[in-house]
Amino acid sequence: MEFLLQPLTLLTFFPLLGVLVILFINAEAKNIIRWVALVTSLITFGISLWVLTMFDASNVNLQLVARYNWITVAGWNIQYFLGIDGLSILLVLLTAFLTPISILSTWTAIEERVKDFMIFFLLLEVGMTGVFLAQDLFLFYIFWEFTLVPMYFLIGIWGGPRRIYAAIKFFLYTMAGSILMLLAILWLGIYGGTFSVPDLVALGGIPADIQWWLFLAFTAAFAIKVPMWPLHSWLPDAHVEAPTAGSVILAGVLLKMGTYGFVRFNLPLFPEAAVRAAPWIALFATIGIIYGAMVSYAQKDVKKLVAYSSVSHLGFVMLGLFAMNPQGIAGAILQMINHGLSTGALFLLVGMIYEQTHTREIKVYGGLWKITPVFGSIMLIVSLSSMGLPGLNGFVGEFTILLGAFGSQAIGNTAYAIVSALGVIMAAVYILYMFQKMFLGPQGEIVDEVKQHGHALRDLNWREIVTIVPLLLFIFWIGLYPKPFFALMAPAVEHLVGMLPIP
Amino acid sequence: MNLTPQDYQVLTPYILLTTWASVLLLVDLFIPKERKSLTALLAALGLAVTLGFTLSQIGIEQTGFYSMVVLDGFSTFVNALLLLSGILGVALAHGYIKRMGIERGEYYTLLLFSVSGMMLMAQATDLIVVFIALELLSIPLYVLAAFARPQISSEEAGMKYFLLGAFATGFVVYGTALVFGATGSTNLYAILASASNGTSNLLLTIGAALVLVGFGFKVAAVPFHMWTPDVYQGAPTAVTAFMASGAKIAGFAALLRVFATAFPTLAVDMTDILWALAALTMILGNLIAISQTDIKRMLAYSSIAHAGYILMAFVPYGDPAVRDVSIAAGLFYLVAYAFTNFGAWGVVIALEKKEEKGLAIADYAGLGRKHPALAAAMTVFMLSLVGLPPTLGLVGKFYLFRAVIAAGFTGLAIIGVLTSLISAYYYLRVVVTMYMKDGEPSAERETWLGLTTALTAIITVVVSLVPQSLFAWASEAVLKLF
Repeated sequence: MEFLLQPLTLLTFFPLLGVLVILFINAEAKNIIRWVALVTSLITFGISLWVLTMFDASNVNLQLVARYNWITVAGWNIQYFLGIDGLSILLVLLTAFLTPISILSTWTAIEERVKDFMIFFLLLEVGMTGVFLAQDLFLFYIFWEFTLVPMYFLIGIWGGPRRIYAAIKFFLYTMAGSILMLLAILWLGIYGGTFSVPDLVALGGIPADIQWWLFLAFTAAFAIKVPMWPLHSWLPDAHVEAPTAGSVILAGVLLKMGTYGFVRFNLPLFPEAAVRAAPWIALFATIGIIYGAMVSYAQKDVKKLVAYSSVSHLGFVMLGLFAMNPQGIAGAILQMINHGLSTGALFLLVGMIYEQTHTREIKVYGGLWKITPVFGSIMLIVSLSSMGLPGLNGFVGEFTILLGAFGSQAIGNTAYAIVSALGVIMAAVYILYMFQKMFLGPQGEIVDEVKQHGHALRDLNWREIVTIVPLLLFIFWIGLYPKPFFALMAPAVEHLVGMLPIP
Repeated sequence: MNLTPQDYQVLTPYILLTTWASVLLLVDLFIPKERKSLTALLAALGLAVTLGFTLSQIGIEQTGFYSMVVLDGFSTFVNALLLLSGILGVALAHGYIKRMGIERGEYYTLLLFSVSGMMLMAQATDLIVVFIALELLSIPLYVLAAFARPQISSEEAGMKYFLLGAFATGFVVYGTALVFGATGSTNLYAILASASNGTSNLLLTIGAALVLVGFGFKVAAVPFHMWTPDVYQGAPTAVTAFMASGAKIAGFAALLRVFATAFPTLAVDMTDILWALAALTMILGNLIAISQTDIKRMLAYSSIAHAGYILMAFVPYGDPAVRDVSIAAGLFYLVAYAFTNFGAWGVVIALEKKEEKGLAIADYAGLGRKHPALAAAMTVFMLSLVGLPPTLGLVGKFYLFRAVIAAGFTGLAIIGVLTSLISAYYYLRVVVTMYMKDGEPSAERETWLGLTTALTAIITVVVSLVPQSLFAWASEAVLKLF
């Protein structure tokens, strides 16, 4: 019992309880299944808030630790080891926050095999939370790989026309990176005699040349997940084909697993290699920012546009992380949250309109603001947040990152920050282009087409508003008063930076 | 000749099972045709009793019959696994051979004899005994492969397996003769003693290499794998399931014992050969599996590929620092493979129809909707074969790759993980077909089949979460081997 009642264990595995309940519900009772899933994820969110109340931001060590020996024979020393600190708490909260929102968004969008959908979705939540909490490399790897399985089903069963291709591509691409990481994990386990991350960090002393290879192996796994240019090609396919809730979680949380991996593992475990790689990562990140923005602008499909904008936004996060100073890393972590909120909201909104029109082609839309004023206004706020308008959340993150990148000794060249700043302007271009084409100007052909099928385009209903408003709340909160968010992570970030051997 | 009761104690499980099989052969004559389930039950009972006896011998270390056989932790571990495979083999066969119209009592007797041959193989410490055991395990399997006669593919399978198997046995015998010529003995300990006396001996090396070729056939390692797809496809599926686990376990057990006990001095030469064999087997097995459209053929190539993974554990057998861990990892992987393999073949059996229908991967379309439990079980097995959580396959690979890296063969480990990635593609295709394509599959509902599939699926998941005791047992099993 003591094991099960650990707050972090409870937080990670509570959704399994919902899975068990759903397993015994008749598949035809769709609404009951939906409610069970929603309530489960809301309670999980409640647990995450409980964890927040117990969290002490000023303590840079792992907190609420649940640590038990798991496999300890024949030179193995694997532990069941969960812990939370300033680097992960916001991401854990984001996961628990986005899951109920995503479930709510599927209320009418998913009608087929609701039971299977909810089971996979809750399993996915277990995997994601586990990734952010695991402090033992073996345990981490299990959660990390496990998230692939439910996501693969979510894309493959409930996705768009090319769903099977997208699902397999997503799976193989991600697995290609993680198996290299597996070898590096095994090497570390042999080297340190333990898989515990804090112990390995404390041990240190990995020879520089080996450190470089291990760094590359971990980077392979995380860079594909982020995704960093030029490893991003799975992302548009997966995003476009995934059902709305899948896209929200994919953009909101799964991509963050990659960037989180860099913070949690690459920087502290391989500090010398990380410093050595910083200019290169900065270069790739900058290319990603510009490339993502340019490709976004060229898209005809609105979901694809949002997908490529992720490549650009995640480039900022990477730039911030490898600036390796407090501003850069804190900005990057905040930007992970911001991206989860803004892009999550964008995918939700695109999904809401898609549910009515069944098309995502930008050119058939137009003048929507007049017809659906609430939808249009919310879309405007979210778009502005995504392009980084001061006063909204995106600005705070990007500004802090650029501040960090300008002053970064690790990157050593302000050119990256200058070029990246252009990315902010380019974001305005593609986002406003999308907004203008879809919501302003003359009425698009889709409006009449939908009318011909008997029902005119409607504005958001109460459920959709309930789904989106919590996101808006945080978009404003972080934009206007980000201090509490920075306060949660600042000591941990300072501590991390202190460990890096910056020249 | 002075034989003490201790000599017999060493072989008690083997004697028990052989006697049981011989008696069952007679008893079966009096069991009417429509009540052959009784034979199945008796066969399973015999295996279970022997299993119980084997488990009671845990911890006993003893040699017998003038050091021709041995009872040790290793043989007990392998024998327990073999007997379990036998029980699962009977459970899978029971409904299947009835449904396919090939139910004859000999089936179970042959299976029992084959298991006893495998057990003797795990205990043999003399190349002559190895040879006898090899024949005893193989000949019933040749017959079983052709059990669905007059179905042409089954006859072909039996014939092919027999011809190539005989050829392989020939290699073992020839190798044994050369080893005898080089060292003057067929006893593994005597061979080691003679070989350690210094002078490098070309004859011994060639002899050992020939023995390796013979076992390479048995465990289906590339380039000795040619028979595998045809035999696995043509043989009755229940036989294939048993063959894929049992013959592989026994082959690896013998390979391991012979090489670890008799040929550690040859490790310098053998390591490179084993390295190449393992790499080739993993690469080719996984690559060819991609293009298969028949589930039996696909699983056959998958079985070849897994032989490659297990071979990895043998590569460092001459390195005292890591060989224990590495061979324990091999044993653990054999267990993981056996459970997963039986489960996967169980699902194949559930979907197979008469006249070799229902065996295309395309026939699995819609299974996720129509038979959710069966599809979920198959998903578990496919994930385990890829090596993904939460399954034994992942823990097995983790253990195995760790041993390989610890031994310094990082290149081989990289080949191993990259081929796993390739394998994800074709295993996932089964999952894609089951869940993401529409179809109207129909599956048999048989009690024993259902139980076997469910049990193996549950074990595959649950043991992966609490593998501690299995790890411990596997590591203890190899301690006295060297």
